[in-house]
Amino acid sequence: MKPHTEPGMTRSQSAMHAEDAPQIRAVLERVYEKTGMDFREYAFASIRRRVHACMVDAGLSTASELLQLIDADTEALERLLKALTLPVTAMFRDPPFYRDFRTLIVPLLRTHPYLRLWVAGCSTGQEVYSLAIVLHEEGLYERSRIYATDVQARSLERAREAIFAVGLMQDYTRNYQAAGGTSAFSDYYTADSHAAILRPFLKQNIVFGMHNLVTDGSFNEFQVIFCRNVMIYFNANLQQRVHTLFYESLAMFGYLGLGRGESIRFSPFEGRYESASARQRIYRKVA
Amino acid sequence: MIVVGGSLGGALALQRLLEPLPATFPQPIAVVLHRHRDSDAGLAELIQRNVALKVQDAVDKQAIEPGTVTLAPADYHLLIDGDCFALSVDDPVRFARPAIDVLFESAASSVRLMTAVVLTGGGSDGAIGATKIESAGGQVFVQEPGEAMNPEMPLSAIAATEAAEVLSIDAIAARLLTLM
Repeated sequence: MKPHTEPGMTRSQSAMHAEDAPQIRAVLERVYEKTGMDFREYAFASIRRRVHACMVDAGLSTASELLQLIDADTEALERLLKALTLPVTAMFRDPPFYRDFRTLIVPLLRTHPYLRLWVAGCSTGQEVYSLAIVLHEEGLYERSRIYATDVQARSLERAREAIFAVGLMQDYTRNYQAAGGTSAFSDYYTADSHAAILRPFLKQNIVFGMHNLVTDGSFNEFQVIFCRNVMIYFNANLQQRVHTLFYESLAMFGYLGLGRGESIRFSPFEGRYESASARQRIYRKVA
Repeated sequence: MIVVGGSLGGALALQRLLEPLPATFPQPIAVVLHRHRDSDAGLAELIQRNVALKVQDAVDKQAIEPGTVTLAPADYHLLIDGDCFALSVDDPVRFARPAIDVLFESAASSVRLMTAVVLTGGGSDGAIGATKIESAGGQVFVQEPGEAMNPEMPLSAIAATEAAEVLSIDAIAARLLTLM
Protein backbone atom coordinates (compact mmCIF):
# COMPACT_ATOMS: atom_id res chain seq x y z
CA MET A 1 0.00 0.00 0.00
CA LYS A 2 1.00 3.62 -0.43
CA PRO A 3 2.58 5.41 2.52
CA HIS A 4 0.23 7.40 4.72
CA THR A 5 2.27 10.58 4.70
CA GLU A 6 1.82 11.91 1.23
CA PRO A 7 2.67 15.41 0.15
CA GLY A 8 -0.24 17.77 0.49
CA MET A 9 -1.80 15.85 3.34
CA THR A 10 -2.88 18.13 6.12
CA ARG A 11 -2.29 17.55 9.77
CA SER A 12 -5.95 17.21 10.65
CA GLN A 13 -6.36 14.56 7.97
CA SER A 14 -3.44 12.57 9.30
CA ALA A 15 -5.00 12.67 12.77
CA MET A 16 -7.76 10.42 11.53
CA HIS A 17 -5.43 7.66 10.41
CA ALA A 18 -4.42 4.30 11.73
CA GLU A 19 -1.24 6.03 12.83
CA ASP A 20 -2.95 7.75 15.72
CA ALA A 21 -3.88 4.37 17.21
CA PRO A 22 -0.98 4.50 19.75
CA GLN A 23 -2.10 7.98 20.87
CA ILE A 24 -5.69 6.84 21.26
CA ARG A 25 -4.55 3.83 23.24
CA ALA A 26 -2.55 6.22 25.44
CA VAL A 27 -5.73 8.25 26.04
CA LEU A 28 -7.64 5.09 27.04
CA GLU A 29 -4.76 4.05 29.30
CA ARG A 30 -4.85 7.46 31.00
CA VAL A 31 -8.64 7.30 31.42
CA TYR A 32 -8.18 3.93 33.13
CA GLU A 33 -5.45 5.25 35.46
CA LYS A 34 -7.47 8.28 36.41
CA THR A 35 -11.00 6.87 36.66
CA GLY A 36 -10.79 3.06 36.81
CA MET A 37 -13.08 2.94 33.76
CA ASP A 38 -11.54 0.43 31.41
CA PHE A 39 -12.06 0.98 27.67
CA ARG A 40 -8.81 -0.71 26.67
CA GLU A 41 -10.58 -3.82 25.44
CA TYR A 42 -13.39 -2.04 23.68
CA ALA A 43 -13.86 -2.47 19.92
CA PHE A 44 -11.21 -0.10 18.68
CA ALA A 45 -12.97 1.24 15.58
CA SER A 46 -15.99 2.40 17.61
CA ILE A 47 -14.01 3.79 20.52
CA ARG A 48 -11.79 5.67 18.07
CA ARG A 49 -14.87 7.37 16.59
CA ARG A 50 -16.00 8.46 20.02
CA VAL A 51 -12.55 9.78 20.94
CA HIS A 52 -12.40 11.66 17.64
CA ALA A 53 -15.85 13.16 18.25
CA CYS A 54 -14.59 14.38 21.62
CA MET A 55 -11.47 15.87 19.97
CA VAL A 56 -13.59 17.74 17.44
CA ASP A 57 -15.85 19.09 20.21
CA ALA A 58 -12.79 20.34 22.10
CA GLY A 59 -11.35 21.94 18.95
CA LEU A 60 -8.35 19.61 18.93
CA SER A 61 -6.79 17.90 15.94
CA THR A 62 -4.68 15.18 17.55
CA ALA A 63 -5.18 12.56 20.25
CA SER A 64 -1.92 13.71 21.86
CA GLU A 65 -3.48 17.13 22.47
CA LEU A 66 -6.48 15.40 24.02
CA LEU A 67 -4.14 13.49 26.31
CA GLN A 68 -2.58 16.76 27.47
CA LEU A 69 -6.00 18.31 27.96
CA ILE A 70 -7.39 15.52 30.17
CA ASP A 71 -4.19 15.62 32.22
CA ALA A 72 -4.73 19.30 32.92
CA ASP A 73 -8.50 19.60 33.07
CA THR A 74 -10.78 17.28 35.07
CA GLU A 75 -13.87 18.69 33.37
CA ALA A 76 -12.44 17.71 29.98
CA LEU A 77 -11.80 14.23 31.37
CA GLU A 78 -15.41 14.12 32.55
CA ARG A 79 -16.64 15.14 29.10
CA LEU A 80 -14.49 12.46 27.47
CA LEU A 81 -15.84 9.84 29.86
CA LYS A 82 -19.36 10.91 29.00
CA ALA A 83 -18.63 10.67 25.26
CA LEU A 84 -17.11 7.21 25.68
CA THR A 85 -20.13 5.85 27.53
CA LEU A 86 -22.89 7.59 25.60
CA PRO A 87 -26.07 5.62 26.29
CA VAL A 88 -27.96 4.49 23.19
CA THR A 89 -31.19 2.60 23.83
CA ALA A 90 -34.94 2.69 23.24
CA MET A 91 -38.06 0.98 24.55
CA PHE A 92 -38.97 -2.11 22.52
CA ARG A 93 -35.96 -1.52 20.27
CA ASP A 94 -36.29 -4.05 17.41
CA PRO A 95 -39.96 -4.88 17.98
CA PRO A 96 -39.68 -8.35 16.36
CA PHE A 97 -37.27 -9.34 19.15
CA TYR A 98 -39.93 -8.68 21.78
CA ARG A 99 -42.58 -10.30 19.61
CA ASP A 100 -40.55 -13.50 19.37
CA PHE A 101 -39.69 -13.37 23.07
CA ARG A 102 -43.39 -13.14 23.84
CA THR A 103 -44.58 -15.85 21.49
CA LEU A 104 -41.68 -18.33 21.60
CA ILE A 105 -40.04 -17.94 25.02
CA VAL A 106 -42.74 -16.73 27.42
CA PRO A 107 -44.86 -19.92 27.07
CA LEU A 108 -41.85 -21.94 28.23
CA LEU A 109 -41.16 -19.58 31.12
CA ARG A 110 -44.65 -20.22 32.48
CA THR A 111 -43.50 -23.60 33.82
CA HIS A 112 -41.23 -21.86 36.36
CA PRO A 113 -42.68 -20.96 39.76
CA TYR A 114 -40.22 -18.10 40.09
CA LEU A 115 -38.23 -16.24 37.42
CA ARG A 116 -34.92 -14.45 37.64
CA LEU A 117 -34.01 -12.30 34.65
CA TRP A 118 -30.90 -10.20 34.08
CA VAL A 119 -30.66 -7.18 31.79
CA ALA A 120 -26.88 -6.70 31.55
CA GLY A 121 -25.70 -3.26 30.47
CA CYS A 122 -29.17 -1.82 30.99
CA SER A 123 -28.08 1.78 30.34
CA THR A 124 -30.95 4.15 31.13
CA GLY A 125 -33.47 1.35 31.60
CA GLN A 126 -35.57 1.25 28.44
CA GLU A 127 -34.99 -2.46 27.79
CA VAL A 128 -35.67 -3.30 31.43
CA TYR A 129 -39.07 -1.63 31.41
CA SER A 130 -39.89 -3.15 28.03
CA LEU A 131 -39.24 -6.57 29.51
CA ALA A 132 -41.28 -5.71 32.63
CA ILE A 133 -44.22 -4.69 30.44
CA VAL A 134 -44.12 -7.93 28.44
CA LEU A 135 -43.99 -10.00 31.65
CA HIS A 136 -46.82 -7.95 33.13
CA GLU A 137 -49.05 -8.43 30.09
CA GLU A 138 -48.30 -12.16 30.09
CA GLY A 139 -49.16 -12.47 33.79
CA LEU A 140 -45.63 -13.40 34.80
CA TYR A 141 -44.38 -10.21 36.37
CA GLU A 142 -45.66 -11.04 39.87
CA ARG A 143 -43.34 -14.01 40.07
CA SER A 144 -40.39 -12.36 38.35
CA ARG A 145 -37.38 -10.49 39.56
CA ILE A 146 -35.44 -8.48 37.00
CA TYR A 147 -31.84 -7.62 37.84
CA ALA A 148 -30.86 -4.55 35.89
CA THR A 149 -27.17 -3.73 35.94
CA ASP A 150 -24.87 -1.20 34.38
CA VAL A 151 -21.36 0.08 34.93
CA GLN A 152 -22.47 3.71 34.91
CA ALA A 153 -23.94 5.14 38.11
CA ARG A 154 -25.46 8.04 36.16
CA SER A 155 -27.27 5.72 33.74
CA LEU A 156 -28.57 3.56 36.59
CA GLU A 157 -29.86 6.64 38.36
CA ARG A 158 -31.82 7.61 35.27
CA ALA A 159 -33.05 4.03 34.89
CA ARG A 160 -34.34 4.10 38.46
CA GLU A 161 -36.12 7.41 37.88
CA ALA A 162 -37.90 6.05 34.80
CA ILE A 163 -38.48 9.54 33.41
CA PHE A 164 -38.13 9.95 29.68
CA ALA A 165 -38.51 12.88 27.31
CA VAL A 166 -42.13 13.02 26.21
CA GLY A 167 -40.98 13.39 22.60
CA LEU A 168 -39.74 9.80 22.70
CA MET A 169 -43.16 8.38 23.52
CA GLN A 170 -44.44 8.45 19.94
CA ASP A 171 -41.51 6.29 18.85
CA TYR A 172 -41.82 3.98 21.85
CA THR A 173 -45.55 3.61 21.26
CA ARG A 174 -44.97 2.56 17.66
CA ASN A 175 -42.34 0.05 18.82
CA TYR A 176 -44.62 -1.26 21.55
CA GLN A 177 -47.45 -1.87 19.11
CA ALA A 178 -45.16 -3.53 16.57
CA ALA A 179 -43.80 -5.71 19.40
CA GLY A 180 -47.25 -7.17 20.00
CA GLY A 181 -48.28 -5.07 22.99
CA THR A 182 -51.77 -6.03 24.16
CA SER A 183 -52.73 -2.78 25.85
CA ALA A 184 -52.39 0.94 25.14
CA PHE A 185 -48.82 2.08 25.71
CA SER A 186 -50.14 5.23 27.38
CA ASP A 187 -51.44 2.99 30.19
CA TYR A 188 -47.83 2.67 31.34
CA TYR A 189 -46.91 6.32 31.85
CA THR A 190 -48.18 9.67 32.93
CA ALA A 191 -46.91 12.67 31.01
CA ASP A 192 -46.82 16.42 31.20
CA SER A 193 -45.64 18.70 28.40
CA HIS A 194 -42.00 17.60 28.51
CA ALA A 195 -41.60 14.43 30.57
CA ALA A 196 -43.19 11.01 30.75
CA ILE A 197 -42.92 9.05 34.00
CA LEU A 198 -43.43 5.31 33.91
CA ARG A 199 -46.03 3.90 36.32
CA PRO A 200 -44.38 2.87 39.62
CA PHE A 201 -45.76 -0.69 39.62
CA LEU A 202 -43.38 -1.47 36.75
CA LYS A 203 -40.47 -0.94 39.10
CA GLN A 204 -41.60 -3.09 41.97
CA ASN A 205 -39.80 -6.27 40.89
CA ILE A 206 -36.70 -4.66 39.44
CA VAL A 207 -33.41 -4.62 41.33
CA PHE A 208 -30.98 -2.03 39.99
CA GLY A 209 -27.30 -2.47 40.70
CA MET A 210 -23.80 -1.59 39.60
CA HIS A 211 -22.08 -4.36 37.71
CA ASN A 212 -19.04 -4.14 35.49
CA LEU A 213 -19.01 -6.75 32.71
CA VAL A 214 -15.28 -6.13 32.25
CA THR A 215 -14.27 -7.03 35.79
CA ASP A 216 -17.18 -8.40 37.85
CA GLY A 217 -18.28 -12.02 38.13
CA SER A 218 -21.52 -13.95 38.19
CA PHE A 219 -23.89 -13.03 41.03
CA ASN A 220 -26.91 -15.32 40.56
CA GLU A 221 -28.49 -17.91 38.30
CA PHE A 222 -31.00 -16.72 35.73
CA GLN A 223 -33.62 -18.14 33.41
CA VAL A 224 -33.18 -15.22 31.03
CA ILE A 225 -30.31 -12.85 30.26
CA PHE A 226 -30.68 -9.90 27.88
CA CYS A 227 -27.53 -8.16 26.73
CA ARG A 228 -28.41 -6.35 23.54
CA ASN A 229 -26.05 -4.14 21.56
CA VAL A 230 -23.68 -3.90 24.50
CA MET A 231 -21.02 -6.40 23.47
CA ILE A 232 -20.71 -4.86 19.99
CA TYR A 233 -18.62 -2.22 21.77
CA PHE A 234 -16.23 -4.86 23.14
CA ASN A 235 -13.33 -6.48 21.32
CA ALA A 236 -13.31 -10.25 20.67
CA ASN A 237 -11.28 -10.96 23.79
CA LEU A 238 -13.60 -9.11 26.13
CA GLN A 239 -16.65 -10.56 24.37
CA GLN A 240 -15.34 -14.01 25.16
CA ARG A 241 -15.00 -13.08 28.82
CA VAL A 242 -18.56 -11.79 28.93
CA HIS A 243 -19.90 -14.87 27.11
CA THR A 244 -18.22 -17.01 29.76
CA LEU A 245 -19.90 -14.95 32.46
CA PHE A 246 -23.32 -15.33 30.82
CA TYR A 247 -22.86 -19.04 30.25
CA GLU A 248 -22.00 -19.50 33.92
CA SER A 249 -24.91 -17.33 35.02
CA LEU A 250 -27.61 -19.04 32.94
CA ALA A 251 -29.62 -21.96 34.25
CA MET A 252 -29.68 -25.00 31.99
CA PHE A 253 -32.28 -24.32 29.25
CA GLY A 254 -32.11 -20.63 30.09
CA TYR A 255 -32.28 -17.99 27.34
CA LEU A 256 -29.74 -15.45 26.14
CA GLY A 257 -31.10 -12.51 24.10
CA LEU A 258 -28.62 -10.55 21.96
CA GLY A 259 -28.99 -7.65 19.53
CA ARG A 260 -30.09 -8.28 15.94
CA GLY A 261 -26.56 -7.64 14.64
CA GLU A 262 -24.91 -9.99 17.14
CA SER A 263 -24.39 -13.73 17.06
CA ILE A 264 -23.14 -16.50 19.32
CA ARG A 265 -21.51 -17.88 16.18
CA PHE A 266 -18.19 -16.12 16.70
CA SER A 267 -17.89 -17.08 20.37
CA PRO A 268 -16.42 -20.28 21.84
CA PHE A 269 -19.85 -21.07 23.30
CA GLU A 270 -21.53 -21.63 19.96
CA GLY A 271 -21.91 -25.36 20.65
CA ARG A 272 -23.47 -24.79 24.08
CA TYR A 273 -26.55 -23.04 22.78
CA GLU A 274 -29.27 -23.74 20.26
CA SER A 275 -31.24 -21.10 18.40
CA ALA A 276 -34.63 -20.30 19.92
CA SER A 277 -35.21 -17.51 17.39
CA ALA A 278 -32.46 -17.43 14.77
CA ARG A 279 -33.39 -14.11 13.25
CA GLN A 280 -33.94 -12.36 16.59
CA ARG A 281 -30.82 -13.83 18.17
CA ILE A 282 -32.43 -15.58 21.11
CA TYR A 283 -30.38 -18.58 22.21
CA ARG A 284 -31.12 -21.43 24.58
CA LYS A 285 -28.41 -22.99 26.75
CA VAL A 286 -28.48 -26.74 26.07
CA ALA A 287 -25.09 -28.07 27.15
CA MET B 1 -10.82 -4.22 0.06
CA ILE B 2 -13.67 -2.27 -1.52
CA VAL B 3 -16.14 -0.06 0.33
CA VAL B 4 -19.32 1.13 -1.34
CA GLY B 5 -21.98 3.67 -0.35
CA GLY B 6 -25.33 4.55 -1.85
CA SER B 7 -28.74 5.90 -0.98
CA LEU B 8 -31.76 6.55 -3.18
CA GLY B 9 -31.58 4.09 -6.07
CA GLY B 10 -28.52 2.51 -4.47
CA ALA B 11 -29.82 -1.05 -4.40
CA LEU B 12 -30.25 -1.18 -8.17
CA ALA B 13 -26.96 0.60 -8.75
CA LEU B 14 -25.19 -1.82 -6.42
CA GLN B 15 -26.65 -4.80 -8.23
CA ARG B 16 -25.43 -3.45 -11.53
CA LEU B 17 -21.97 -2.85 -10.06
CA LEU B 18 -21.76 -6.39 -8.68
CA GLU B 19 -23.26 -8.32 -11.59
CA PRO B 20 -20.07 -8.37 -13.71
CA LEU B 21 -17.94 -9.63 -10.78
CA PRO B 22 -17.33 -13.42 -10.83
CA ALA B 23 -17.59 -15.67 -7.78
CA THR B 24 -13.79 -15.84 -7.79
CA PHE B 25 -13.44 -12.07 -7.24
CA PRO B 26 -10.91 -11.98 -4.41
CA GLN B 27 -11.65 -8.67 -2.70
CA PRO B 28 -14.01 -8.32 0.23
CA ILE B 29 -16.71 -5.72 -0.46
CA ALA B 30 -18.43 -3.81 2.36
CA VAL B 31 -21.53 -1.77 1.58
CA VAL B 32 -23.65 0.87 3.27
CA LEU B 33 -27.00 1.52 1.63
CA HIS B 34 -29.21 3.94 3.49
CA ARG B 35 -32.16 1.84 4.57
CA HIS B 36 -35.14 2.19 6.81
CA ARG B 37 -34.52 0.97 10.35
CA ASP B 38 -37.31 -1.60 10.08
CA SER B 39 -36.16 -2.99 6.74
CA ASP B 40 -35.47 -6.66 7.26
CA ALA B 41 -32.91 -9.04 5.85
CA GLY B 42 -34.74 -9.01 2.51
CA LEU B 43 -32.30 -6.48 1.07
CA ALA B 44 -29.41 -8.98 0.95
CA GLU B 45 -31.63 -11.50 -0.85
CA LEU B 46 -32.79 -8.83 -3.28
CA ILE B 47 -29.22 -7.83 -4.16
CA GLN B 48 -28.18 -11.49 -4.39
CA ARG B 49 -30.28 -12.02 -7.52
CA ASN B 50 -27.97 -12.14 -10.56
CA VAL B 51 -24.91 -11.63 -8.35
CA ALA B 52 -22.34 -14.44 -8.19
CA LEU B 53 -20.63 -13.24 -5.00
CA LYS B 54 -22.17 -14.15 -1.67
CA VAL B 55 -24.26 -11.26 -0.33
CA GLN B 56 -24.90 -11.10 3.43
CA ASP B 57 -25.91 -8.77 6.25
CA ALA B 58 -22.99 -8.04 8.56
CA VAL B 59 -22.82 -9.65 11.97
CA ASP B 60 -20.67 -8.10 14.69
CA LYS B 61 -17.10 -9.55 14.84
CA GLN B 62 -17.57 -11.47 11.61
CA ALA B 63 -14.23 -12.06 9.87
CA ILE B 64 -13.73 -10.06 6.67
CA GLU B 65 -13.55 -12.64 3.90
CA PRO B 66 -12.58 -12.41 0.25
CA GLY B 67 -15.30 -12.72 -2.35
CA THR B 68 -18.16 -11.68 -0.10
CA VAL B 69 -20.41 -8.65 -0.20
CA THR B 70 -21.32 -7.53 3.31
CA LEU B 71 -24.14 -5.05 3.90
CA ALA B 72 -24.59 -2.80 6.91
CA PRO B 73 -27.70 -4.10 8.73
CA ALA B 74 -30.66 -1.76 9.20
CA ASP B 75 -30.19 0.66 12.11
CA TYR B 76 -26.50 -0.19 12.70
CA HIS B 77 -23.33 1.54 11.62
CA LEU B 78 -20.85 -0.81 9.94
CA LEU B 79 -17.14 -0.39 10.67
CA ILE B 80 -13.92 -2.12 9.65
CA ASP B 81 -12.08 -3.13 12.82
CA GLY B 82 -8.82 -4.90 11.94
CA ASP B 83 -9.70 -8.26 10.36
CA CYS B 84 -13.34 -8.10 11.44
CA PHE B 85 -16.50 -6.14 10.90
CA ALA B 86 -17.82 -4.24 13.88
CA LEU B 87 -21.29 -2.77 14.38
CA SER B 88 -22.34 0.21 16.44
CA VAL B 89 -25.62 1.81 17.45
CA ASP B 90 -24.04 5.22 18.00
CA ASP B 91 -26.19 8.16 16.95
CA PRO B 92 -27.04 8.59 13.28
CA VAL B 93 -24.54 10.72 11.36
CA ARG B 94 -26.40 13.43 9.47
CA PHE B 95 -29.63 11.47 10.01
CA ALA B 96 -28.18 8.24 8.62
CA ARG B 97 -27.62 4.96 10.42
CA PRO B 98 -25.98 3.15 8.77
CA ALA B 99 -23.85 6.06 7.56
CA ILE B 100 -21.43 5.80 4.63
CA ASP B 101 -18.94 8.17 6.29
CA VAL B 102 -18.67 5.85 9.30
CA LEU B 103 -17.76 2.89 7.08
CA PHE B 104 -15.37 4.89 4.89
CA GLU B 105 -13.61 6.55 7.83
CA SER B 106 -13.07 3.26 9.62
CA ALA B 107 -11.82 1.78 6.35
CA ALA B 108 -9.37 4.66 5.90
CA SER B 109 -7.98 3.94 9.38
CA SER B 110 -7.45 0.30 8.51
CA VAL B 111 -4.16 -1.09 7.30
CA ARG B 112 -5.74 -2.55 4.17
CA LEU B 113 -5.52 -0.86 0.80
CA MET B 114 -8.93 0.61 0.11
CA THR B 115 -11.01 1.36 -2.92
CA ALA B 116 -14.17 3.38 -2.32
CA VAL B 117 -17.19 3.70 -4.58
CA VAL B 118 -19.85 6.40 -4.16
CA LEU B 119 -23.12 5.58 -5.89
CA THR B 120 -26.39 7.42 -6.44
CA GLY B 121 -28.13 9.07 -3.50
CA GLY B 122 -29.46 12.21 -1.86
CA GLY B 123 -27.45 14.26 0.62
CA SER B 124 -23.72 14.31 1.11
CA ASP B 125 -23.02 11.17 3.14
CA GLY B 126 -19.80 9.54 1.94
CA ALA B 127 -18.08 12.75 0.82
CA ILE B 128 -16.04 13.24 3.99
CA GLY B 129 -15.32 9.53 4.17
CA ALA B 130 -14.12 9.56 0.56
CA THR B 131 -11.59 12.28 1.37
CA LYS B 132 -10.28 10.11 4.22
CA ILE B 133 -9.89 7.15 1.88
CA GLU B 134 -8.06 9.39 -0.55
CA SER B 135 -5.64 10.79 1.99
CA ALA B 136 -4.95 7.27 3.26
CA GLY B 137 -3.72 6.43 -0.24
CA GLY B 138 -6.87 4.74 -1.48
CA GLN B 139 -8.69 5.10 -4.77
CA VAL B 140 -12.14 6.71 -5.00
CA PHE B 141 -14.61 6.05 -7.81
CA VAL B 142 -17.77 8.13 -8.09
CA GLN B 143 -20.76 7.25 -10.21
CA GLU B 144 -21.25 9.68 -13.10
CA PRO B 145 -23.87 12.12 -11.69
CA GLY B 146 -25.76 12.25 -15.00
CA GLU B 147 -26.35 8.52 -14.75
CA ALA B 148 -27.36 8.53 -11.08
CA MET B 149 -31.00 8.38 -10.00
CA ASN B 150 -30.10 11.12 -7.53
CA PRO B 151 -26.84 12.99 -8.35
CA GLU B 152 -26.42 14.73 -4.95
CA MET B 153 -24.15 12.21 -3.28
CA PRO B 154 -21.89 11.77 -6.31
CA LEU B 155 -21.65 15.56 -6.74
CA SER B 156 -20.78 16.04 -3.05
CA ALA B 157 -18.09 13.39 -3.25
CA ILE B 158 -16.63 14.90 -6.42
CA ALA B 159 -16.53 18.35 -4.81
CA ALA B 160 -14.88 17.08 -1.62
CA THR B 161 -12.21 14.85 -3.13
CA GLU B 162 -9.14 15.78 -5.16
CA ALA B 163 -8.59 12.83 -7.47
CA ALA B 164 -11.81 10.82 -7.52
CA GLU B 165 -12.48 9.18 -10.87
CA VAL B 166 -15.96 9.87 -12.19
CA LEU B 167 -17.24 6.96 -14.26
CA SER B 168 -20.36 5.07 -15.25
CA ILE B 169 -21.24 2.07 -13.09
CA ASP B 170 -20.22 -0.27 -15.88
CA ALA B 171 -16.83 1.44 -16.15
CA ILE B 172 -16.35 1.28 -12.36
CA ALA B 173 -17.13 -2.45 -12.46
CA ALA B 174 -14.56 -2.88 -15.22
CA ARG B 175 -11.99 -1.09 -13.06
CA LEU B 176 -12.83 -3.29 -10.07
CA LEU B 177 -12.22 -6.34 -12.25
CA THR B 178 -8.63 -5.18 -12.70
CA LEU B 179 -8.22 -5.65 -8.91
CA MET B 180 -8.51 -9.42 -9.38
